[in-house]
Amino acid sequence: MKPVNFDYERPRTIDEACELLASNSNARILAGGQSLIPMLSMRLSRPSLLIDIAHIEDLGEIVATDTHIEIGAMVRQAVAKNTIMIQEYIPLLSKALQHVGHPPTRARGTVGGSIAHADPSAEIALIAVTLGAEITYRVGGDDHMFDATEFFIGPMLTVAPPDGCLVKVGFPKTSKICGTGFYEVAPRRSDYALASAAAQINFDSKGAAKTIRVGVGSIGDFPERLDVDNLLKTDLNDESIVATVKTAITEIETVDDLHASAEYRKRVAAHLAVKALQTARDEVREAPVK
Amino acid sequence: MIQVSIEVNDKTVTAEVEPRLTLLDFIRDVAGLKGTHAGCEHGVCGACTVLVEGNAIRSCLVLAVQADEQEVISIEGVGGDLGRSGELSIVQDAFCEAHGLQCGYCTPGMVLAAEALLADTPNPTEGDVREAISGNICRCTGYVQIVEAVMLAADRLANRNYKSKPGQPYDQTLG
Repeated sequence: MKPVNFDYERPRTIDEACELLASNSNARILAGGQSLIPMLSMRLSRPSLLIDIAHIEDLGEIVATDTHIEIGAMVRQAVAKNTIMIQEYIPLLSKALQHVGHPPTRARGTVGGSIAHADPSAEIALIAVTLGAEITYRVGGDDHMFDATEFFIGPMLTVAPPDGCLVKVGFPKTSKICGTGFYEVAPRRSDYALASAAAQINFDSKGAAKTIRVGVGSIGDFPERLDVDNLLKTDLNDESIVATVKTAITEIETVDDLHASAEYRKRVAAHLAVKALQTARDEVREAPVK
Repeated sequence: MIQVSIEVNDKTVTAEVEPRLTLLDFIRDVAGLKGTHAGCEHGVCGACTVLVEGNAIRSCLVLAVQADEQEVISIEGVGGDLGRSGELSIVQDAFCEAHGLQCGYCTPGMVLAAEALLADTPNPTEGDVREAISGNICRCTGYVQIVEAVMLAADRLANRNYKSKPGQPYDQTLG
Protein backbone atom coordinates (compact mmCIF):
# COMPACT_ATOMS: atom_id res chain seq x y z
CA MET A 1 0.00 0.00 0.00
CA LYS A 2 2.64 2.53 -0.98
CA PRO A 3 2.16 4.75 -4.05
CA VAL A 4 4.70 4.79 -6.88
CA ASN A 5 6.88 7.86 -6.77
CA PHE A 6 5.80 11.02 -8.50
CA ASP A 7 6.75 14.68 -8.74
CA TYR A 8 4.83 17.21 -6.70
CA GLU A 9 4.04 20.83 -7.48
CA ARG A 10 2.24 23.46 -5.42
CA PRO A 11 1.00 26.18 -7.81
CA ARG A 12 -0.24 29.51 -6.43
CA THR A 13 -2.67 30.38 -9.21
CA ILE A 14 -5.22 28.47 -11.22
CA ASP A 15 -3.48 29.34 -14.50
CA GLU A 16 -0.19 28.00 -13.17
CA ALA A 17 -2.00 24.76 -12.29
CA CYS A 18 -3.43 24.56 -15.82
CA GLU A 19 0.00 25.09 -17.37
CA LEU A 20 1.47 22.30 -15.27
CA LEU A 21 -1.43 20.06 -16.22
CA ALA A 22 -0.95 20.80 -19.92
CA SER A 23 2.82 20.23 -19.68
CA ASN A 24 2.50 16.60 -18.58
CA SER A 25 -0.05 14.16 -20.01
CA ASN A 26 0.31 11.93 -16.95
CA ALA A 27 -0.35 14.65 -14.36
CA ARG A 28 -3.24 14.60 -11.90
CA ILE A 29 -4.81 17.36 -9.83
CA LEU A 30 -4.72 16.73 -6.08
CA ALA A 31 -7.45 18.51 -4.09
CA GLY A 32 -8.62 16.76 -0.90
CA GLY A 33 -7.12 13.45 -2.00
CA GLN A 34 -9.74 11.27 -0.33
CA SER A 35 -10.37 9.33 -3.55
CA LEU A 36 -7.07 9.89 -5.34
CA ILE A 37 -4.71 8.84 -2.55
CA PRO A 38 -6.34 5.41 -2.03
CA MET A 39 -6.05 4.89 -5.80
CA LEU A 40 -2.37 5.84 -5.63
CA SER A 41 -1.83 3.56 -2.65
CA MET A 42 -3.41 0.61 -4.43
CA ARG A 43 -1.42 1.64 -7.53
CA LEU A 44 -4.59 1.81 -9.60
CA SER A 45 -3.40 5.26 -10.59
CA ARG A 46 0.27 5.97 -11.40
CA PRO A 47 0.63 9.65 -12.25
CA SER A 48 4.10 11.09 -12.81
CA LEU A 49 3.10 14.49 -11.41
CA LEU A 50 0.65 15.59 -8.71
CA ILE A 51 -0.52 19.19 -8.78
CA ASP A 52 -1.67 20.22 -5.30
CA ILE A 53 -4.27 23.00 -5.67
CA ALA A 54 -4.72 23.54 -1.92
CA HIS A 55 -2.55 26.66 -1.94
CA ILE A 56 -4.58 28.52 -4.57
CA GLU A 57 -6.51 30.98 -2.45
CA ASP A 58 -9.40 31.81 -4.80
CA LEU A 59 -10.46 28.18 -4.90
CA GLY A 60 -11.51 28.10 -1.25
CA GLU A 61 -14.34 30.59 -1.69
CA ILE A 62 -18.10 30.18 -1.61
CA VAL A 63 -19.80 32.99 -3.55
CA ALA A 64 -23.48 33.84 -3.91
CA THR A 65 -24.62 35.25 -7.26
CA ASP A 66 -28.21 36.26 -8.09
CA THR A 67 -29.11 32.76 -9.20
CA HIS A 68 -26.42 30.40 -7.90
CA ILE A 69 -24.16 29.52 -5.00
CA GLU A 70 -20.70 28.93 -6.45
CA ILE A 71 -18.49 26.55 -4.52
CA GLY A 72 -14.76 26.82 -5.24
CA ALA A 73 -12.81 23.69 -6.13
CA MET A 74 -10.96 23.54 -2.78
CA VAL A 75 -14.00 23.97 -0.50
CA ARG A 76 -13.92 21.00 1.86
CA GLN A 77 -17.07 18.96 2.36
CA ALA A 78 -17.08 19.67 6.11
CA VAL A 79 -16.92 23.41 5.42
CA ALA A 80 -19.75 23.21 2.87
CA LYS A 81 -21.83 21.19 5.33
CA ASN A 82 -21.44 23.86 8.02
CA THR A 83 -21.91 26.90 5.76
CA ILE A 84 -25.18 28.64 6.55
CA MET A 85 -25.49 30.09 3.04
CA ILE A 86 -25.46 26.55 1.63
CA GLN A 87 -27.93 25.26 4.23
CA GLU A 88 -30.24 28.10 3.30
CA TYR A 89 -29.95 28.20 -0.50
CA ILE A 90 -28.96 24.61 -1.39
CA PRO A 91 -30.66 22.61 1.39
CA LEU A 92 -30.61 19.45 -0.74
CA LEU A 93 -26.80 19.56 -0.86
CA SER A 94 -26.67 20.05 2.91
CA LYS A 95 -28.83 16.98 3.41
CA ALA A 96 -26.67 14.90 1.08
CA LEU A 97 -23.40 16.04 2.66
CA GLN A 98 -24.38 14.32 5.90
CA HIS A 99 -24.13 11.03 4.00
CA VAL A 100 -20.79 11.76 2.32
CA GLY A 101 -18.01 9.65 3.85
CA HIS A 102 -17.15 10.07 7.53
CA PRO A 103 -16.17 13.17 9.54
CA PRO A 104 -12.42 12.55 8.95
CA THR A 105 -12.85 12.21 5.16
CA ARG A 106 -15.22 15.19 5.00
CA ALA A 107 -12.59 17.31 6.78
CA ARG A 108 -10.26 16.76 3.80
CA GLY A 109 -12.44 15.84 0.82
CA THR A 110 -13.78 18.60 -1.42
CA VAL A 111 -17.13 19.18 -3.13
CA GLY A 112 -15.42 19.78 -6.48
CA GLY A 113 -13.13 16.77 -6.14
CA SER A 114 -16.10 14.47 -5.70
CA ILE A 115 -17.63 15.81 -8.92
CA ALA A 116 -14.37 15.57 -10.91
CA HIS A 117 -13.82 12.02 -9.62
CA ALA A 118 -17.35 10.98 -10.75
CA ASP A 119 -17.88 7.91 -8.62
CA PRO A 120 -21.31 6.47 -9.59
CA SER A 121 -22.37 6.35 -5.94
CA ALA A 122 -21.19 9.86 -5.03
CA GLU A 123 -23.91 11.87 -3.31
CA ILE A 124 -22.53 15.25 -4.41
CA ALA A 125 -22.57 14.23 -8.09
CA LEU A 126 -26.18 13.10 -7.65
CA ILE A 127 -27.17 16.50 -6.26
CA ALA A 128 -25.30 18.27 -9.07
CA VAL A 129 -27.27 16.27 -11.66
CA THR A 130 -30.58 16.60 -9.82
CA LEU A 131 -30.30 20.37 -9.53
CA GLY A 132 -28.54 20.93 -12.87
CA ALA A 133 -25.39 22.48 -11.41
CA GLU A 134 -22.96 24.44 -13.58
CA ILE A 135 -19.44 23.00 -13.53
CA THR A 136 -16.68 25.41 -14.55
CA TYR A 137 -13.30 24.25 -15.86
CA ARG A 138 -10.35 26.47 -16.77
CA VAL A 139 -8.77 25.35 -20.04
CA GLY A 140 -5.90 27.27 -21.61
CA GLY A 141 -6.82 30.50 -19.84
CA ASP A 142 -10.55 30.36 -20.65
CA ASP A 143 -13.43 29.20 -18.50
CA HIS A 144 -15.72 26.53 -19.93
CA MET A 145 -19.02 25.71 -18.33
CA PHE A 146 -20.59 22.25 -18.29
CA ASP A 147 -24.15 21.32 -17.42
CA ALA A 148 -24.03 18.63 -14.71
CA THR A 149 -26.83 16.70 -16.41
CA GLU A 150 -24.53 16.12 -19.41
CA PHE A 151 -21.23 15.98 -17.49
CA PHE A 152 -21.12 12.38 -16.28
CA ILE A 153 -20.79 9.70 -18.97
CA GLY A 154 -19.65 6.61 -17.11
CA PRO A 155 -18.10 5.32 -13.88
CA MET A 156 -15.24 7.76 -13.10
CA LEU A 157 -15.76 9.23 -16.58
CA THR A 158 -16.77 12.78 -17.42
CA VAL A 159 -16.67 15.08 -20.43
CA ALA A 160 -14.14 17.30 -18.61
CA PRO A 161 -11.22 18.34 -20.82
CA PRO A 162 -8.04 16.37 -19.95
CA ASP A 163 -5.98 19.56 -19.62
CA GLY A 164 -8.67 21.47 -17.72
CA CYS A 165 -8.73 22.31 -14.04
CA LEU A 166 -12.03 22.46 -12.12
CA VAL A 167 -12.53 25.98 -10.80
CA LYS A 168 -15.99 25.99 -9.22
CA VAL A 169 -19.37 24.34 -9.15
CA GLY A 170 -22.47 26.56 -9.18
CA PHE A 171 -25.61 25.12 -7.63
CA PRO A 172 -28.88 26.92 -8.43
CA LYS A 173 -30.50 28.62 -5.45
CA THR A 174 -33.88 27.29 -4.41
CA SER A 175 -37.04 29.35 -4.73
CA LYS A 176 -38.31 30.97 -1.52
CA ILE A 177 -40.67 28.08 -0.79
CA CYS A 178 -39.00 24.77 -1.40
CA GLY A 179 -38.96 21.24 -0.05
CA THR A 180 -36.17 18.69 -0.33
CA GLY A 181 -35.58 15.02 0.41
CA PHE A 182 -32.53 12.79 0.29
CA TYR A 183 -32.29 9.09 1.08
CA GLU A 184 -29.81 6.32 0.50
CA VAL A 185 -29.31 2.67 1.37
CA ALA A 186 -25.77 1.60 2.24
CA PRO A 187 -24.33 -1.52 3.88
CA ARG A 188 -23.00 0.57 6.77
CA ARG A 189 -23.36 4.19 7.75
CA SER A 190 -21.76 6.52 5.19
CA ASP A 191 -20.45 3.64 3.10
CA TYR A 192 -20.83 3.51 -0.69
CA ALA A 193 -24.56 3.54 -1.30
CA LEU A 194 -26.34 0.70 -3.11
CA ALA A 195 -29.05 3.14 -4.15
CA SER A 196 -29.71 6.81 -3.47
CA ALA A 197 -32.34 9.36 -4.43
CA ALA A 198 -32.74 13.12 -4.13
CA ALA A 199 -35.74 15.35 -4.74
CA GLN A 200 -36.40 19.06 -4.69
CA ILE A 201 -39.72 20.78 -5.28
CA ASN A 202 -39.75 24.53 -5.83
CA PHE A 203 -43.13 26.13 -5.10
CA ASP A 204 -44.44 29.48 -6.27
CA SER A 205 -45.76 32.04 -3.80
CA LYS A 206 -49.28 30.56 -4.05
CA GLY A 207 -48.03 27.15 -2.95
CA ALA A 208 -48.24 25.40 -6.33
CA ALA A 209 -45.32 23.25 -7.47
CA LYS A 210 -43.27 25.18 -10.03
CA THR A 211 -40.43 22.76 -10.75
CA ILE A 212 -39.84 19.21 -9.56
CA ARG A 213 -36.38 17.63 -9.75
CA VAL A 214 -35.66 14.03 -8.86
CA GLY A 215 -32.41 12.16 -9.34
CA VAL A 216 -31.23 8.65 -8.60
CA GLY A 217 -27.65 7.54 -7.99
CA SER A 218 -25.52 4.49 -7.25
CA ILE A 219 -27.67 2.23 -9.42
CA GLY A 220 -26.13 2.85 -12.85
CA ASP A 221 -22.85 4.08 -14.29
CA PHE A 222 -23.60 7.67 -13.27
CA PRO A 223 -26.36 9.61 -11.47
CA GLU A 224 -29.40 10.42 -13.59
CA ARG A 225 -32.48 12.57 -13.40
CA LEU A 226 -35.95 11.04 -13.50
CA ASP A 227 -38.54 12.60 -15.77
CA VAL A 228 -41.36 13.48 -13.37
CA ASP A 229 -42.83 16.52 -15.11
CA ASN A 230 -46.22 14.77 -15.16
CA LEU A 231 -46.41 15.44 -11.44
CA LEU A 232 -46.72 19.17 -12.05
CA LYS A 233 -50.28 18.58 -13.24
CA THR A 234 -51.24 16.74 -10.05
CA ASP A 235 -51.67 17.78 -6.44
CA LEU A 236 -48.65 15.60 -5.53
CA ASN A 237 -50.73 12.86 -3.93
CA ASP A 238 -49.03 9.58 -3.01
CA GLU A 239 -50.62 7.58 -5.84
CA SER A 240 -49.45 9.90 -8.59
CA ILE A 241 -45.95 10.11 -7.07
CA VAL A 242 -45.65 6.30 -6.99
CA ALA A 243 -47.04 5.89 -10.51
CA THR A 244 -44.82 8.60 -12.01
CA VAL A 245 -41.63 7.33 -10.35
CA LYS A 246 -42.42 3.75 -11.38
CA THR A 247 -42.75 4.76 -15.01
CA ALA A 248 -39.72 7.08 -14.96
CA ILE A 249 -37.36 4.56 -13.39
CA THR A 250 -37.87 2.04 -16.20
CA GLU A 251 -35.84 4.43 -18.40
CA ILE A 252 -32.78 4.18 -16.12
CA GLU A 253 -30.06 1.63 -16.87
CA THR A 254 -28.93 -0.19 -13.74
CA VAL A 255 -25.90 -2.37 -13.10
CA ASP A 256 -25.26 -5.61 -11.24
CA ASP A 257 -22.30 -6.13 -8.99
CA LEU A 258 -21.06 -8.16 -6.06
CA HIS A 259 -23.11 -6.13 -3.59
CA ALA A 260 -26.55 -5.96 -5.19
CA SER A 261 -28.43 -7.03 -8.29
CA ALA A 262 -29.61 -4.50 -10.85
CA GLU A 263 -33.22 -5.39 -10.11
CA TYR A 264 -32.79 -4.82 -6.37
CA ARG A 265 -31.09 -1.47 -6.99
CA LYS A 266 -33.88 -0.31 -9.26
CA ARG A 267 -36.57 -1.33 -6.78
CA VAL A 268 -34.82 0.37 -3.86
CA ALA A 269 -34.07 3.51 -5.88
CA ALA A 270 -37.74 3.81 -6.86
CA HIS A 271 -38.77 3.45 -3.23
CA LEU A 272 -36.21 6.06 -2.11
CA ALA A 273 -37.27 8.46 -4.88
CA VAL A 274 -40.89 8.20 -3.74
CA LYS A 275 -39.82 8.80 -0.14
CA ALA A 276 -37.66 11.77 -1.14
CA LEU A 277 -40.55 13.34 -3.08
CA GLN A 278 -42.96 12.81 -0.19
CA THR A 279 -40.50 14.38 2.24
CA ALA A 280 -39.97 17.35 -0.08
CA ARG A 281 -43.74 17.81 -0.42
CA ASP A 282 -44.45 17.44 3.30
CA GLU A 283 -41.67 19.81 4.32
CA VAL A 284 -43.66 22.60 2.72
CA ARG A 285 -47.22 21.39 3.22
CA GLU A 286 -46.75 20.58 6.89
CA ALA A 287 -44.61 23.57 7.72
CA PRO A 288 -46.23 26.15 9.96
CA VAL A 289 -47.53 29.13 7.98
CA LYS A 290 -45.29 32.12 8.53
CA MET B 1 12.84 15.05 -2.43
CA ILE B 2 10.99 17.93 -0.83
CA GLN B 3 11.69 19.56 2.49
CA VAL B 4 8.73 19.58 4.87
CA SER B 5 8.35 20.91 8.34
CA ILE B 6 5.48 19.53 10.36
CA GLU B 7 4.63 20.34 13.96
CA VAL B 8 3.95 17.01 15.64
CA ASN B 9 2.67 17.32 19.22
CA ASP B 10 4.20 20.79 19.54
CA LYS B 11 7.60 19.67 18.26
CA THR B 12 8.69 20.75 14.79
CA VAL B 13 9.96 17.87 12.70
CA THR B 14 11.82 18.89 9.53
CA ALA B 15 12.92 16.37 6.93
CA GLU B 16 13.54 15.81 3.23
CA VAL B 17 10.86 13.41 2.04
CA GLU B 18 9.65 11.79 -1.17
CA PRO B 19 6.31 13.29 -2.25
CA ARG B 20 4.71 9.85 -2.01
CA LEU B 21 5.38 9.56 1.74
CA THR B 22 2.08 9.60 3.62
CA LEU B 23 1.62 11.61 6.79
CA LEU B 24 1.12 8.26 8.54
CA ASP B 25 4.59 7.07 7.55
CA PHE B 26 6.03 10.50 8.36
CA ILE B 27 4.66 10.31 11.91
CA ARG B 28 5.76 6.70 12.41
CA ASP B 29 9.10 6.59 10.62
CA VAL B 30 10.38 10.17 10.47
CA ALA B 31 9.00 11.56 13.73
CA GLY B 32 9.45 8.09 15.27
CA LEU B 33 6.06 8.00 17.01
CA LYS B 34 4.65 4.50 16.67
CA GLY B 35 1.36 5.09 18.48
CA THR B 36 -0.42 5.99 15.23
CA HIS B 37 -1.34 2.62 13.79
CA ALA B 38 -1.17 1.59 10.15
CA GLY B 39 -4.22 -0.53 9.36
CA CYS B 40 -5.47 -0.75 5.81
CA GLU B 41 -3.38 2.14 4.46
CA HIS B 42 -6.10 3.10 1.99
CA GLY B 43 -8.63 4.96 4.06
CA VAL B 44 -11.09 2.29 5.15
CA CYS B 45 -10.27 1.38 8.75
CA GLY B 46 -9.55 4.68 10.54
CA ALA B 47 -6.74 3.23 12.70
CA CYS B 48 -4.37 5.99 11.54
CA THR B 49 -6.66 8.89 12.55
CA VAL B 50 -4.78 11.94 13.88
CA LEU B 51 -5.65 15.60 14.30
CA VAL B 52 -4.40 18.05 11.65
CA GLU B 53 -5.15 21.67 12.54
CA GLY B 54 -7.66 20.34 15.07
CA ASN B 55 -9.63 18.18 12.61
CA ALA B 56 -9.64 14.40 12.84
CA ILE B 57 -8.29 13.11 9.52
CA ARG B 58 -6.89 9.84 8.18
CA SER B 59 -3.14 10.18 8.06
CA CYS B 60 -2.85 7.48 5.37
CA LEU B 61 -4.95 9.68 3.06
CA VAL B 62 -2.80 12.77 3.44
CA LEU B 63 0.69 13.11 1.98
CA ALA B 64 3.38 14.51 4.26
CA VAL B 65 3.93 17.28 1.68
CA GLN B 66 0.27 18.30 2.06
CA ALA B 67 0.68 18.67 5.82
CA ASP B 68 3.73 20.93 5.46
CA GLU B 69 3.68 23.78 8.01
CA GLN B 70 0.63 22.33 9.74
CA GLU B 71 -0.04 21.19 13.29
CA VAL B 72 -0.51 17.50 13.94
CA ILE B 73 -1.56 15.85 17.18
CA SER B 74 -1.06 12.10 17.42
CA ILE B 75 -2.07 9.80 20.26
CA GLU B 76 1.21 10.56 22.04
CA GLY B 77 0.17 14.22 22.32
CA VAL B 78 -3.34 13.69 23.63
CA GLY B 79 -2.42 13.32 27.30
CA GLY B 80 -1.73 16.13 29.76
CA ASP B 81 0.70 18.83 28.64
CA LEU B 82 0.73 17.38 25.09
CA GLY B 83 1.68 14.00 26.46
CA ARG B 84 4.69 15.19 28.42
CA SER B 85 3.10 14.93 31.88
CA GLY B 86 2.56 11.18 31.54
CA GLU B 87 -1.08 11.54 32.48
CA LEU B 88 -3.95 10.25 30.39
CA SER B 89 -6.48 12.63 28.86
CA ILE B 90 -10.06 12.44 30.06
CA VAL B 91 -11.00 10.54 26.91
CA GLN B 92 -8.16 8.03 27.31
CA ASP B 93 -9.02 7.55 30.96
CA ALA B 94 -12.69 6.94 30.07
CA PHE B 95 -11.66 4.29 27.52
CA CYS B 96 -9.80 2.44 30.31
CA GLU B 97 -12.64 2.77 32.75
CA ALA B 98 -15.44 1.76 30.37
CA HIS B 99 -13.34 -1.06 28.87
CA GLY B 100 -13.55 0.66 25.49
CA LEU B 101 -10.87 -1.56 24.02
CA GLN B 102 -9.77 -5.15 23.77
CA CYS B 103 -6.79 -5.68 21.45
CA GLY B 104 -6.23 -1.92 21.28
CA TYR B 105 -5.23 -1.67 17.63
CA CYS B 106 -8.04 0.72 16.68
CA THR B 107 -7.86 2.65 19.95
CA PRO B 108 -5.52 5.52 19.01
CA GLY B 109 -7.78 6.35 16.07
CA MET B 110 -10.92 6.03 18.18
CA VAL B 111 -9.51 8.31 20.88
CA LEU B 112 -8.55 11.01 18.39
CA ALA B 113 -11.91 10.81 16.61
CA ALA B 114 -13.54 11.21 20.04
CA GLU B 115 -11.25 14.10 21.02
CA ALA B 116 -12.20 15.94 17.80
CA LEU B 117 -15.90 15.36 18.46
CA LEU B 118 -15.77 16.54 22.08
CA ALA B 119 -13.77 19.66 21.21
CA ASP B 120 -16.67 20.81 18.98
CA THR B 121 -19.66 19.13 20.62
CA PRO B 122 -19.51 19.26 24.41
CA ASN B 123 -22.83 17.46 24.92
CA PRO B 124 -23.03 14.83 22.20
CA THR B 125 -25.90 12.39 21.79
CA GLU B 126 -25.16 8.72 21.32
CA GLY B 127 -25.96 9.29 17.63
CA ASP B 128 -23.29 12.02 17.43
CA VAL B 129 -20.75 9.65 18.95
CA ARG B 130 -21.63 6.86 16.52
CA GLU B 131 -21.38 9.32 13.62
CA ALA B 132 -17.97 10.54 14.85
CA ILE B 133 -16.52 7.03 15.02
CA SER B 134 -18.42 5.72 11.98
CA GLY B 135 -15.20 5.73 9.97
CA ASN B 136 -13.25 3.72 12.55
CA ILE B 137 -13.43 -0.06 12.42
CA CYS B 138 -13.09 -2.12 15.61
CA ARG B 139 -13.16 -5.90 15.23
CA CYS B 140 -13.21 -6.72 18.98
CA THR B 141 -15.57 -4.68 21.07
CA GLY B 142 -18.78 -4.44 19.09
CA TYR B 143 -18.54 -0.66 19.69
CA VAL B 144 -20.96 -0.56 22.66
CA GLN B 145 -18.25 0.08 25.24
CA ILE B 146 -16.46 2.52 22.96
CA VAL B 147 -19.64 4.60 22.73
CA GLU B 148 -20.00 4.30 26.51
CA ALA B 149 -16.43 5.50 26.98
CA VAL B 150 -16.95 8.57 24.82
CA MET B 151 -20.24 9.38 26.57
CA LEU B 152 -18.49 9.00 29.94
CA ALA B 153 -15.72 11.33 28.81
CA ALA B 154 -18.31 13.84 27.55
CA ASP B 155 -20.09 13.70 30.87
CA ARG B 156 -16.89 14.31 32.81
CA LEU B 157 -15.86 17.15 30.54
CA ALA B 158 -19.30 18.75 30.92
CA ASN B 159 -18.81 18.84 34.66
CA ARG B 160 -15.50 20.64 34.38
CA ASN B 161 -15.18 24.34 33.97
CA TYR B 162 -13.06 24.42 30.83
CA LYS B 163 -13.48 23.28 27.27
CA SER B 164 -11.98 20.01 26.12
CA LYS B 165 -8.79 20.36 24.17
CA PRO B 166 -6.51 17.45 23.40
CA GLY B 167 -3.13 17.92 25.02
CA GLN B 168 -4.40 19.78 28.06
CA PRO B 169 -3.27 18.40 31.43
CA TYR B 170 -5.79 16.10 33.05
CA ASP B 171 -5.76 17.94 36.37
CA GLN B 172 -5.90 21.43 34.94
CA THR B 173 -8.63 23.51 36.59
CA LEU B 174 -8.94 26.84 34.86
CA GLY B 175 -11.46 29.36 36.01
